[in-house]
Amino acid sequence: MSLLDMHGITASYGASQALFGVDLNIDEGQVLALMGRNGMGKSTTIKVICRMLKNTGGTVSFAGQDISGLPTHKAARLGLGLVPEGRRCFSNLTVYENLYASAQPGVWDFAAVHALFPRLQERGDQFAASLSGGEQQMLAIGRALMTNPRLLILDEATEGLAPVVRQEIWSAIATLKQTGDLSILVVDKTLSELRQVADQVVILERGKSVWTGSIDALNTETTDRYLGI
Amino acid sequence: MLRERYINLIVLALLLVVPAHAYVTGEPFTVTLATRAVIFALAGVGLNLALGQGGLVSFGHAAYFGVGGYVMGILASHAQNYEPILQVPFLIEGTNAMPVIWLVAIVMSALLALLVGALSLRTSGVYFIMVTLAFGQMLYYFTISWPAYGGEDGLSIYVRNQFPGLNTLDPIQFYGICFVLLCAALFLVDRINKSPFGLALNGAHQNEERVQTVGINVYRVRLVAFVISGAITGLAGALFADLNRFVSPTMFSWQISGEIMIFIILGGVGRLFGPVLGAALYILLEHFLGGLSEYWFIYLGAILLGVVLFAKGGIIGKLAKREVSHDG
Repeated sequence: MSLLDMHGITASYGASQALFGVDLNIDEGQVLALMGRNGMGKSTTIKVICRMLKNTGGTVSFAGQDISGLPTHKAARLGLGLVPEGRRCFSNLTVYENLYASAQPGVWDFAAVHALFPRLQERGDQFAASLSGGEQQMLAIGRALMTNPRLLILDEATEGLAPVVRQEIWSAIATLKQTGDLSILVVDKTLSELRQVADQVVILERGKSVWTGSIDALNTETTDRYLGI
Repeated sequence: MLRERYINLIVLALLLVVPAHAYVTGEPFTVTLATRAVIFALAGVGLNLALGQGGLVSFGHAAYFGVGGYVMGILASHAQNYEPILQVPFLIEGTNAMPVIWLVAIVMSALLALLVGALSLRTSGVYFIMVTLAFGQMLYYFTISWPAYGGEDGLSIYVRNQFPGLNTLDPIQFYGICFVLLCAALFLVDRINKSPFGLALNGAHQNEERVQTVGINVYRVRLVAFVISGAITGLAGALFADLNRFVSPTMFSWQISGEIMIFIILGGVGRLFGPVLGAALYILLEHFLGGLSEYWFIYLGAILLGVVLFAKGGIIGKLAKREVSHDG
């Protein structure tokens, strides 16, 4: 069953149009990789999904409900959990406070988040600002999970992290996938890791979805053409 | 390194010991000064919730302080004259019972804060400051032109209001009432700060959008915080009027809003005890420097400048040697 359905999405920042027709569909329990070179509209697409930016055209529905007219917090309440680009934890709150502030009832509680990222339990009393980049990323994911989302959106979750830490994050994503209850939309450029977790891929170019298919169908010709990998 | 909680305990201990010592040694004026400090601290604790925790720079908190004062003045003056406040459509009489006056002051200032907050929180930055200031000034000029309650001259209450089982005319007993209310407000604000609501308020101070993406309605959180903030400041206004047994439009003036803000900046924005230490220091400076020169505000300005430039977390922040966790 389709959880997120976007069709013909257009969006603008003032007079400057950023999306020219994005089609995207995520099923329950599916992991979808949103790919594209820099500036092609990946983050803008995420902003539209999370209602941080209104689409000027097209339709966006979540769990069968049209969310075009919803404010950000109401869309989030439906089950959209965002891990924003650049981590962006609440730096002057502790790890515990970051998680506690976001908590909603559901399977993802402190115990579940600590089981996924034991380091968050160890660092519970530390301010988020004092954490390493990798720990902040774990906290950002933990915070999103504490909202008990149906769709977890990871925007450049491993960018700027050390290889060892990146591997930890990818392992956590793989663990999340195994639960089967959570759909994941992941924006990343590292194809080798995406191949381990993603089911479907959508590639954006110049604000438009130009390729959609299974990760196994993504061949060298396509990656050369659209991703320059 | 002194930790913040020890500093808070020291401040609290001083607020207990100094007035008690002054009372025992027969210095009721010092007790009155301490009462003034505690009431101002209460007003500051109210504003600190909005300003320190929520980053809402309200320059109109004198409005709630004044509403609290006028609630006390109106209820007490009618009780004094045995004249009902309202006869039609239903009878409302005055009262000199402090708990009733406090309750009415809290409700009225909360309702005003709800109105002001509902409008002002749709703006931000300098516009928010101006809207809050405008409401304070509107009430200031309204009370000036309200002859029924003294207009510009204000309203005198000849006998202090009563609290069951206590002699409120005894300075130390009235101080005790104010001190307990301050402690209750500090406890309430501390609980709020540590709750998901308070953490969301703090998070919204840092990044509104980020808070919204975890499903929290930032406008509603800020509005509730603003209302609680106004209600606490309104209670302080009622106590202040009772302390002086006098209310006047000055309670609504922008200078009062500025003074409440100064307490917070001096003590430490976002620090639980920041406004308490700030208000105590302000009263001390007013007393000692005010005795030396009528231009004592010049010295206060210099001190404030020093705090802003060299102690970002206020005096408590400087003493605790750690920038506040809740001041952004």
